[in-house]
Amino acid sequence: MFRIDFNKLRFLVCDDNPHMRRILRTLLHSFGAREVYEAEDGATALEMYSHYVPDIVITDWAMPIFDGLELAQMIRQPESKGNPYAPIIMLTGHSEKRRVTVARDAGVTEFLAKPISAKGLYQRILNVVANPRPFIKTKTYFGPDRRRNTNSAYMGPERRVGEKHEVLQQPSLLDKARSSI
Amino acid sequence: MAKNSAKDIEVKACATHQIITQPNPLRKVLRRVEEKDMDDPVSRAEQALADLSGEFKDWMATEVNRLSAAYVAIRNDGFTKERRDELFRAAHDIKGDAATFGFPAAAGVAESLCRVIEHAPDLEKVPAELFTHHINAILAIVHENTRLDRISVSAELSRRLRKVADDYLTQVNRDRPEHLEAILAPSIVPAE
Repeated sequence: MFRIDFNKLRFLVCDDNPHMRRILRTLLHSFGAREVYEAEDGATALEMYSHYVPDIVITDWAMPIFDGLELAQMIRQPESKGNPYAPIIMLTGHSEKRRVTVARDAGVTEFLAKPISAKGLYQRILNVVANPRPFIKTKTYFGPDRRRNTNSAYMGPERRVGEKHEVLQQPSLLDKARSSI
Repeated sequence: MAKNSAKDIEVKACATHQIITQPNPLRKVLRRVEEKDMDDPVSRAEQALADLSGEFKDWMATEVNRLSAAYVAIRNDGFTKERRDELFRAAHDIKGDAATFGFPAAAGVAESLCRVIEHAPDLEKVPAELFTHHINAILAIVHENTRLDRISVSAELSRRLRKVADDYLTQVNRDRPEHLEAILAPSIVPAE
């Protein structure tokens, strides 16, 4: 079994709501974390990100002026001097599927919809520590691989060109029927 | 903990993209332990949250006051982007925090209010009662929540307000399919 040594992890928490920051700090400290830096807006978080070089960023989405989505986009600059690879956990009251997609496309590593739970937060942290995904860089995207799983049942065009298969061939219905016998 | 150095980063170039891999920079924080030595950080955190819960009612009151103040500013001086955003953020924070603070029905009403603010094509044309009913409902739920017999009333109030708001939004967005789709899409958060 594996245990996370939280006392070796450095967290940056960004949320404009002081109550939510207090809850996050309480949860992280009780997991065992010692280094938890807090910012109340995206601009301050970006400065702290460069200064403290956190291992994991936990950010809210809706904040004044410079929100969590913009923070993620600023961190995920492949040519930046800082670390563009740090895991970003988006902790937000947004609970619509399209928001998850937008966050994913901004380079967010994990999405956690409020209300917050100790279990949900722990699982997201465990996932980014134990199962990091490779990064993908395209003309329009830089961030963790948005494909979490290989879907062997996927039928359709391969949208990433130049890998093993450019187009996945759809077997005929007859072949599918035969293989299912 | 420092990130990996550039020499550890491997880049595989493909026609339309690059795949960038590196040794897990956080691998050093994972420690193999015997089952008997495994502690339960989640239970510990839940207990810490329970210890904090004595403050939740005051925190909730602060959130509700912020929401009321945001709406009073709009009622007195009209909508501007800043006032609209403050109202949205105040409602959105209650949507996210209220269940943690022990007021799940208030979270539901706040979600409904967020949807009105986000999807109404013209906030000036939204009936004022739609805003005031939502805000008054949140106030009532928070102030009356200590009595158990009020809990089912709170949940029913939340459901009915959501229905009224959704009916309004469906009507005013009938020519805006992208909003209509968002309004009708299910939440990723399981219902209470």
